Amino acid sequence: MALQSLDIARRSATTTESPSVRQTTEVAKLIDVTTCIGCKACQAACMEWNDIRDEVGSNAGIYDNPRDLSAESWTVMRYSEVEENGKLEWLIRKDGCMHCAEPGCLKACPAPGAIVQYANGIVDFHEEYCIGCGYCITGCPFNVPRISRKDNKAYKCTLCSDRVAVGQEPACIKACPTGALQFGSKQQMKDYAEERVADLKERGFKDAGLYDPQGVGGTHVMYVLHHADRPQLYNNLPDNPSISPMVALWKGIAKPLATLALAGVALSSLFHYITKGPNEVSKELEDELEKEEA
Amino acid sequence: MIRNPKDLTRYTAQERANHWVVGICFILLALSGLAFFHPAFFPLAQLFGGGVWARILHPYIGVLMALSFLAMFFRFRSLNQVTPADKEWLSRVGEMVDGNDHNMPEQGKYNGGQKMLFWALAVCMLLLVVSGLVMWRAWFNLPVGMVRFGVVIHAATAAVMIGLIMVHIYAAIWVKGTIRAMWYGTVTRAWAKQHHRAWYRQVTGKS
Repeated sequence: MALQSLDIARRSATTTESPSVRQTTEVAKLIDVTTCIGCKACQAACMEWNDIRDEVGSNAGIYDNPRDLSAESWTVMRYSEVEENGKLEWLIRKDGCMHCAEPGCLKACPAPGAIVQYANGIVDFHEEYCIGCGYCITGCPFNVPRISRKDNKAYKCTLCSDRVAVGQEPACIKACPTGALQFGSKQQMKDYAEERVADLKERGFKDAGLYDPQGVGGTHVMYVLHHADRPQLYNNLPDNPSISPMVALWKGIAKPLATLALAGVALSSLFHYITKGPNEVSKELEDELEKEEA
Repeated sequence: MIRNPKDLTRYTAQERANHWVVGICFILLALSGLAFFHPAFFPLAQLFGGGVWARILHPYIGVLMALSFLAMFFRFRSLNQVTPADKEWLSRVGEMVDGNDHNMPEQGKYNGGQKMLFWALAVCMLLLVVSGLVMWRAWFNLPVGMVRFGVVIHAATAAVMIGLIMVHIYAAIWVKGTIRAMWYGTVTRAWAKQHHRAWYRQVTGKS
């Protein structure tokens, strides 16, 4: 929702500067996977605040429910059972939009203003400008956006941009009973994560760390992981996500160059015509054939 | 309509209709496709009723173009086999571009350049159809790695094809007396003798 038009830092399919006279604090959500109990209060709060109801699915024999993100489920808990140091570990990760500093969705989107990044770091979809092409899915390194089958628009977590705009924390944060979800300035969240990581290390998780992947310029949703050296343990969280080189090639310098090349072909044709003149049938040949016909 | 009974028929009504179905589809596809190609062209989406309509219509028009091009491909394939005379023509294409085509090797119904264009367009068309289907989320939901590859191929091929069609249109404008062949099917004997002498001989039986 465009509650903060002054604070839009980046806008999809727009080649000119965004309003940038005002600086705002970068915000972040911190998901401490090590203190998450998998209660899904965050999922319920997300549904409630955003007023979205997914279809009732079926039980697949695991806790994951709904099974995947959808246009009506903007956050889902993903449960992984792994064996570490001879013990079972139940790793529960709240999945959803990571709000990348370099958003692949925004880079890929062809519709002006359908995806924006606020100065506070939140990446938001403006569905009224969305054309439903799905390029955001192609651009996302985390497989987050989903196209609705009802209206063919793309949806994902907004980081409750409407709540944040009026100084409130996102709905999921408010609902979390264990403090596994924290919200504040990005710096505050990093400082808090540092304490958590130090604590985990003291308790034997020597590879504990913060997940703030630099391949996408850092994210505004970060994780504290017990095994930060192996993010893929957490239901295939990418080790080092970045915008695919294919997407960079597709949306990078190639297109302006191709546009120039096409303009070059059009202009060369024009100048060829006015310098060389038209290629006409010679008068000589016309006369010769006219005589033949007569 | 007969302008001059001596004129030579270059294209039948079916061939012309087939060509223009492909041509109209191509123009609509280029305009709607450019809208997604770069923000500078996004306003072109308005021609189709906005971005959403352009996104909905583009692939269906693409299917129509693919089918009508396939028909045209089989119509003209045998006339576009490359011969040694075409290779010589192509090696001396600079003289042609320079506007001095009187010493160019004798050409049949199509010259070497036209044949190259035919095959280049056929390759572009194949790449566009395959990559286009990969991107078509209304009907297909393929692995993201494939889609990422598909979008690059689709955009690059489309840019090449728009360039080729610009050359195709310009050649028709530049060589006077050509466009009427695609409007109402005939060309003058003098036109045929100057630009496609071997074809002229074949259809008139004259030297």
